[in-house]
Amino acid sequence: MTSARATFFHYLAGHRLQLLVGVCLAAGSSLAAVIPPRFIGAIIDSLQKPGVQFDDILHLALLIVLFAAIEAGLRAGARYVMLDASRKAEYRMRNDLFAHLQRMHLAYFQHQRIGDLMARMTNDLTWVRQMMGPGIMQGSFTVMVFAFAVLSMISVSLKLTVIALILMPLASLTFWYIGRTVHKRFERLQSQFGDMSTKAQENFSGIRVVKAFSQEDAETKDFAAVNYEYFRRAVSLSAMQGLIWPSISFILGIAVLSVLYVGGQDAIRGELSIGSLVQFVAYLYLLQMPMINIGWISNMFQAGWASLGRLQEIFNAAPKITDPIDPVTAPIKGEVEFRGVSFAYGQTIELHDISFKVPAGGSLAIVGPTGSGKSTMVNLIPRLFDVQQGEVLIDGISVKRRPLEQLRRAVGYVPQETFLFSVPLRENVGFGLDESLTDPQLEWAGDVSQLNKDVEDFPARYDTMIGERGVTLSGGQKQRAAIARAVAKDPRILILDDALSAVDTYTEAEILRRLRGVMRERTSIVVAHRISTVKDADEILVLDAGRIVERGSHRDLLEHGGLYAQMYRRQLLEEELEVDEEREEHDKRVKAQSEEDPRPGMRPRLGGIGGEP
Amino acid sequence: MHGGGGHGGRGSFDEDEILGKAYDARLMRRLLGYLRPYRGLVIVALAIILGISVTEAAPPVLAKFIVDNAIAPAVNGQIGTDEGLARLAPLGIAYIAVLLLGSGLRYAQTMLASYVGQKAMYDLRVQLFAHLQSLSLTFFDRNPVGRLMTRITNDIDALIDMVTQGVVAIFGDIVVIGTIAIVLLVLDLRLALVTFAALPLLIWLTMYFRRIMRDSFRSIRIRLARINAYLNENLSGMAIVQLFTRERASFRQFDYLNTDLLNANRGQIRAMSMFFPAVGFTRAATSAALFVAGGFWILKGEMTIGTLLAFWQLVDRFFQPIGDLAEKYNIMQAAMASSERVFRLLDTKATIVDPPHPRELAHVRGEIDFENVSFAYNEGDWVLRDVNFKISAGESVAIVGATGAGKTSIISLISRFYDVQRGRILLDGADLRDLRQQDVRRHVGVVLQDPFIFAGTVASNIRLNSAGISDQQVRAAAAFVNADKFIDKLPQGYDTVVTERGSTLSVGQKQLLAFARAIAFNPEILLVLDEATSSVDTETERLIQDALAKLMVGRTSIIIAHRLSTIQNVDRIIVLHKGRVVEMGTHRDLLAQRGVYHRLYELQYRAHEAESPMKSA
Repeated sequence: MTSARATFFHYLAGHRLQLLVGVCLAAGSSLAAVIPPRFIGAIIDSLQKPGVQFDDILHLALLIVLFAAIEAGLRAGARYVMLDASRKAEYRMRNDLFAHLQRMHLAYFQHQRIGDLMARMTNDLTWVRQMMGPGIMQGSFTVMVFAFAVLSMISVSLKLTVIALILMPLASLTFWYIGRTVHKRFERLQSQFGDMSTKAQENFSGIRVVKAFSQEDAETKDFAAVNYEYFRRAVSLSAMQGLIWPSISFILGIAVLSVLYVGGQDAIRGELSIGSLVQFVAYLYLLQMPMINIGWISNMFQAGWASLGRLQEIFNAAPKITDPIDPVTAPIKGEVEFRGVSFAYGQTIELHDISFKVPAGGSLAIVGPTGSGKSTMVNLIPRLFDVQQGEVLIDGISVKRRPLEQLRRAVGYVPQETFLFSVPLRENVGFGLDESLTDPQLEWAGDVSQLNKDVEDFPARYDTMIGERGVTLSGGQKQRAAIARAVAKDPRILILDDALSAVDTYTEAEILRRLRGVMRERTSIVVAHRISTVKDADEILVLDAGRIVERGSHRDLLEHGGLYAQMYRRQLLEEELEVDEEREEHDKRVKAQSEEDPRPGMRPRLGGIGGEP
Repeated sequence: MHGGGGHGGRGSFDEDEILGKAYDARLMRRLLGYLRPYRGLVIVALAIILGISVTEAAPPVLAKFIVDNAIAPAVNGQIGTDEGLARLAPLGIAYIAVLLLGSGLRYAQTMLASYVGQKAMYDLRVQLFAHLQSLSLTFFDRNPVGRLMTRITNDIDALIDMVTQGVVAIFGDIVVIGTIAIVLLVLDLRLALVTFAALPLLIWLTMYFRRIMRDSFRSIRIRLARINAYLNENLSGMAIVQLFTRERASFRQFDYLNTDLLNANRGQIRAMSMFFPAVGFTRAATSAALFVAGGFWILKGEMTIGTLLAFWQLVDRFFQPIGDLAEKYNIMQAAMASSERVFRLLDTKATIVDPPHPRELAHVRGEIDFENVSFAYNEGDWVLRDVNFKISAGESVAIVGATGAGKTSIISLISRFYDVQRGRILLDGADLRDLRQQDVRRHVGVVLQDPFIFAGTVASNIRLNSAGISDQQVRAAAAFVNADKFIDKLPQGYDTVVTERGSTLSVGQKQLLAFARAIAFNPEILLVLDEATSSVDTETERLIQDALAKLMVGRTSIIIAHRLSTIQNVDRIIVLHKGRVVEMGTHRDLLAQRGVYHRLYELQYRAHEAESPMKSA
């Protein structure tokens, strides 16, 4: 755990040399900015002296240009160096946040919504960068220009300085008050913005009900009311915000007038030259920028600090699933054992005293109603979650004692919800490999998962882009791509978590047949709803409400006549309902294909039998 | 998005990436149209801007008089000290008056701009919302809620910024520049020309940097979109990244994108760091030129020091707006892109509209007739195929079928959420398309599978926004459907606050509430979507069954049922299979047929009954 302050200085410290150079350049530029008024004063004074040469004036004017050039050059340098540092800090911070999130356990992402994390990594990061870049840069300019200008003013006339600055406390007080009120009204506006968004979201999500009950006009009226309040608060915010600029120019104008008035009297009395008076007014103009910027900078720091706090929460979240201190690195053979495993998610108990053992090379199937804990069970093997009670062992060694990387490399996992990345299909299949996939490997994985035949139809075969910017895969194609991805990494243990649900029964049979060949030497654990998927497993576990209620081979369980047998009967009925029409269609297809395709039965593409649109 | 094409979702990414021009006459004209109702105020604001420009130019001129008429003559001994001091006072008072006037006008102008801009965009926002209400469900099926939200919140806010800060400010700047230019010309033609000599350089600078900024703005936006898409995908698929030990590789890719973004940003910083100092230097150099030229003419006795000083101060005010142009350019650009998206949404036509001369629907008996109806959500992908059935007034019918058989579509079609592609649906002999949507829906009560709960109270969820339904009627409706028992137990009874997300109600309770909602409107035709819901306790289940039975009495009812008790109670059962009506008849008759219904019954109802004790465990 670190504090936001520590994080702030950590990222600044990474660029301390650059920032130091930036501050020095800003100081030089601010110093250069207070010099030209001196020459302006001198020009004005010399114009009044009799017998002055034009050359003298030209000379002074050139000095003005010279110092203006120096000031502009140094200022550009300071801006560049400091803003650049903030961009680099932002870059490092973004990388660090990403790397940190990569180490977080799965439960964290379920608890912390993705949308919220995204907002932090975009909006909040922007605010922090604004604070570190423009905030610090303008802050240094403001402080130094102010200091140098006031010092120069004093060097001209202490009395006029006091008169000019007498309004400063009043000005600060005014700005502080306005700033505070603006802040409050801004928050009120933001909260109304939230209400307005909620109202719109609720309406769009519930549009069916709105239309069914003819509530369109009433809803519009409701929205208009919320929107009107937003409008009212926005105008009330402007009423305060609009005060800032007029009051600054008024206060500055009064200061200039006071100086002109008192200084003018001094000049008339001969106590001050007109040139000095002009020089003094020039300094006053220099103060304009810092005065305007103070409120802006303080806003930037307030918002930036609040955002930094939200980023700090990400940094402070500790990964719950980490590498062991003394890891066991013996190669994994593939024996999987659960010993008295219980697991609770929040308050609800998901798994209750689960024990089983699959020898290396064996196969296990898990069935049971939705929500019975099947997925939770297999999630424990690659440590997506950690058990709370009991132990999960691989080759007799607790998974918690293995290095995470070794453990996960040994497990090929096909999750229930297929997630593919927006990269070419080839890269998706080779996702678990360090080097890119060779063509034979790809062909093989594509064959096992029955993906090859679909790929023929894609514009660039395996180099086709997947996702929003490429082809959209069907549910079944996605699942098969995920199977190919798991198989391609050549795992010791293969886990299929309901991974064939969107694949039609014929293709499923093909995949299972090939997998059996591949899995002869490996351990397989299959979660499924369809009996056809699991019936050949060495052992089948029937799960209900987190407990193993039945176990045994397909034949044993049918004889037992329990939950499994019931499921079996239901599925037979279901198939009966589907089968007439489907067989018809399938026969038609096979017939059509055998006429044009020498490989009968290789391309049975049945659209969405298990998958609803 | 525009009609046709069944591929929703595609292109959404690109749409958000539209990088509009900073100025588009067509869009601008349409936007300005929203200011028309406030043209009186707009004219006042414009007049005030003229006033402001005068007060901007006045102080340096007054300072000139202070120097030339009071201080310089006194210093040079042309007038006495006392005379000089006396001349100072009125000029000082005039100066204060100008300052006060300027500040006041500036404030008034800010308020006016903000009022008009906010109000006009309030109008646009309400118009957009009302327009969305009129669009058909097909539109909502294809456009994710998030995208619509962005349009109605952020995009319109960008337009507000443009009206209040962009348009008005740019106009104000132009007037100020013009006024000061005139003052300069009047004060001294020669010095004015010296000042204007810097203009080409300044304009060139602005154009040059504007172009760089536009390009870098674009390249940064694209890179930012890319890295955020990558980030979003990796956060969503973090489990896969971890399972496939891809952390290092995916970090490398992230770093690559991040570096790319950093480089694009650095390019912009380089340009932007130069711009402001360059403008500042041009300004300083112009002042120096003024001092040289002014000094020359003063030495020749053709000009006063006060004039020179006035020029020196006016140059600052003259150049200031030009330097600010870059910032306003950003605001305009964001707003143009937003307005393009908002207007595109406003121009989306509703696909389901009322006929120009609707048939009046005075008294509804409740007869429904499907004649050769075929329907598809996406062209060619038929959900209902040639469906024919007739339901007489007061009859209760259950529709059964496997998931995906098209049951839900029938409910949606009777409410006219969608239009059929072939055939027609008649209500009391009138084609639904010849009737007003509101008329149809007033007489058709729908209970949806997932009863949506609006933020509000229990009572407001029953009566929705219909003030015509009294508290008494709300209570009566709740009592009728057995919802009163649980409502009475809630902490504030009917005034208990409920929301869709932070739901304090159980699924069963929500369903009862939806029944009460439907019955409060006392429809002649009732459509109930009642597919399998688990996790309803036995007591609530009993209440729901009882309520459902009562609801069906005396009105045409079409129920998509999952409860055995319901299908046993209806007059007739329609069996849908793969979008076709395959069987029709009473429960008993259909069972005897031993067809599809018999299998469905075995599967859904009997098996369900057998399973349910297990589920409650």
